[in-house]
Amino acid sequence: MAEHLLEVSNLKKYFPTKDGILYAVDDVSFAVDKGETLGLVGESGCGKSTTGRAILRLHEPTAGTVLFKGDDIVRYSKKQLKEIRKDMQIVFQDPYSSLNPRMDVRHLIEVSLEINGVHDANERLERVKEVMDVVGLEQRLLNSYPHELDGGRRQRVGIARALILNPSFIVMDEPVSALDVCIQAQILNLLMKLQEKRGYAYLFISHNLSVVKHISDRIAVMYLGKIVEMSTYDELFRNPLHPYTKALLASIPIPKLNRKRDKLILSGDVPSPINPPPGCRFRGRCPYAKQICGEAEPVLRKVGDTQVACHLYD
Amino acid sequence: MENSTILEIKDLSVSYTSSNKEIKAVRGLDLAIRQGETLGLVGETGAGKTTTALSVLRILPEVSSSIKSGEIMFEGRDILTLSRKEMREIRGRDIAMIFQDPMTSLDPVMTVGRQIEEMISLHTDCDKKELRSRAEAMLEVVGIRKDRFDDYPHQFSGGMKQRVGIAIALSCNPKLLIADEPTTALDVTIQAQVLNLMNQLKEKYRTAMILITHDLGVVAEICSSVAIMYAGQIVEYGSIEQIYGNHMHPYTEGLFDSIPDIEEEKSELKVIDGLPPDPSALPAGCSFSPRCPYATDRCGESCPDDVQVEPGHIVKCILAGKK
Ligand SMILES: Nc1ncnc2c1ncn2[C@@H]1O[C@H](COP(=O)(O)OP(=O)(O)O)[C@@H](O)[C@H]1O
Ligand SMILES: Nc1ncnc2c1ncn2[C@@H]1O[C@H](COP(=O)(O)OP(=O)(O)O)[C@@H](O)[C@H]1O
Ligand code: SF4
Ligand SMILES: [Mg+2]
Ligand SMILES: [Mg+2]
Repeated sequence: MAEHLLEVSNLKKYFPTKDGILYAVDDVSFAVDKGETLGLVGESGCGKSTTGRAILRLHEPTAGTVLFKGDDIVRYSKKQLKEIRKDMQIVFQDPYSSLNPRMDVRHLIEVSLEINGVHDANERLERVKEVMDVVGLEQRLLNSYPHELDGGRRQRVGIARALILNPSFIVMDEPVSALDVCIQAQILNLLMKLQEKRGYAYLFISHNLSVVKHISDRIAVMYLGKIVEMSTYDELFRNPLHPYTKALLASIPIPKLNRKRDKLILSGDVPSPINPPPGCRFRGRCPYAKQICGEAEPVLRKVGDTQVACHLYD
Repeated sequence: MENSTILEIKDLSVSYTSSNKEIKAVRGLDLAIRQGETLGLVGETGAGKTTTALSVLRILPEVSSSIKSGEIMFEGRDILTLSRKEMREIRGRDIAMIFQDPMTSLDPVMTVGRQIEEMISLHTDCDKKELRSRAEAMLEVVGIRKDRFDDYPHQFSGGMKQRVGIAIALSCNPKLLIADEPTTALDVTIQAQVLNLMNQLKEKYRTAMILITHDLGVVAEICSSVAIMYAGQIVEYGSIEQIYGNHMHPYTEGLFDSIPDIEEEKSELKVIDGLPPDPSALPAGCSFSPRCPYATDRCGESCPDDVQVEPGHIVKCILAGKK
């Protein structure tokens, strides 16, 4: 079988808290290929960001393997990690809090070049200008500070920083969630164009299903630390299998009139990831729960072209 | 029209002063809302939506803001000329507000039940027992068990806090409810719950509502009319059918095109280039003209008039009805 660019297996990230262990990411597996976008969706707190960070070892995984180009980077030393980080980058949701307010655009973008041994200042500047072009930042902004930029441009700086070392894999953690729809559309188009030109692979994290559908090739749906369904973007929307996926899709407000949708409105809130309920973690909100759902944890299995973790498909 | 007009805003202009610059947040805004109507006030960040809402309730920041012109007629009186005391009576009793962050209106050190009681007692005379039962009933109306009466806000999730905010807002059965991005901070499944609740309450109480949002999907679920705001002005106004079925302003068109369509095969999104203007340095003529794909020389010269393209459908664009 061909090797994936990234292959995550049985990834876990638990946080010790004063109330007990918090199961933020609990046994998650997926792969991403070159040039592909895997969308990761789910409601706040379900473990999307933690997954993205654990892959880059910005959080140390509690367990699991992360094969990148065939090598398990969970075992990497600090030095090896630094080397591989050139090739694996991240863009954050809030470009403001992730950018040093005392650095201007030029320095924000070029730091990673410096760290990675590009010592010639002229070469660095050239590369900064080049990547600014690529992400659509005007050269006149070279010496602007983050607070002088609007949200869309700040996010372009965040993207430029991630791109300057020409990585092959980028975690996009809610990169458009803080932006107004018009700017969001500009950035989405940019990300897709870049991918087409340069073959980047994205793990695209978002709570916005319309955005995720738009940009992804495949989509994984997370609930309380677990992937409950994974499928191609069109199959997931045409034929959602997991009750949670169905509810999520039914909840999306669609900007059209007279939608006759089966409104599956969930009751209750997401339970705490500290002592998640036994069996299926969705059981308390699931309209189809059966006895077995409280007893055994459903595992992700193949049903048609989809992978789903739900006892309805046993 | 059989339903009477509850609120009518005429030619409202509001500015802020910041670093000696005049920020023209709202410019010559006209708006009317009738009993039972739900108006969606839609626009991007900075369009002037919140400023409009704060003006109606007269809770603009006192030092930095000033109302430059206009009238806000509510039940035959101009809100802008009322005394503070008269305004206090109207707030909560006749006009109530829900905020994006429910903690804006919740007191962290008071039980939620007590907070509902306070609102009711501010505007009615009822004894302790009746107060308690009305507050409990209000909790149940928004789907919170009354045994949570004595819990504090921090013991509730985001969605539940917003329900409490709704309970407080509706506790005096106001004639007008202004909800400023009430579901923006909530997850989609929780948003669906809250919207569903608001839809039910709207039918039950026939409260007129102004729903402020940037989300055209939310508007489609709940509103009967829509006003699209851009740079402090309403650029298009009409019934929900007119705006969703036959929008005519180039900005409205751009807004709809920017949203990825979940029901269509994907294609490149049509985008509006550029950004909304700086409200302290507005362009001449139509404020949208620097970004408008249809702009002609005339658009940069004078601000377009409101054109009524069909009954109730108003478009601020010189091309209105001609494209
Ligand atoms: N550093 C941390 N320490 C303790 N708990 C954390 C930490 N980071 C995240 N969490 C918890 O892990 C869970 C998953 O969080 P996160 O991955 O940020 O979710 P998402 O990105 O899907 O909103 C949440 O319950 C969150 O509170
Ligand atoms: N207290 C304030 N001082 C100065 N400017 C303000 C203040 N509040 C809002 N503004 C400005 O007024 C404009 C309209 O803001 P707002 O009414 O909050 O818009 P919206 O709610 O549509 O996002 C924006 O340019 C905003 O920056
Ligand atoms: S396993 Fe059971 S409780 Fe969980 S989603 Fe499926 S039917 Fe519902
Ligand atoms: Mg996150
Ligand atoms: Mg606002």
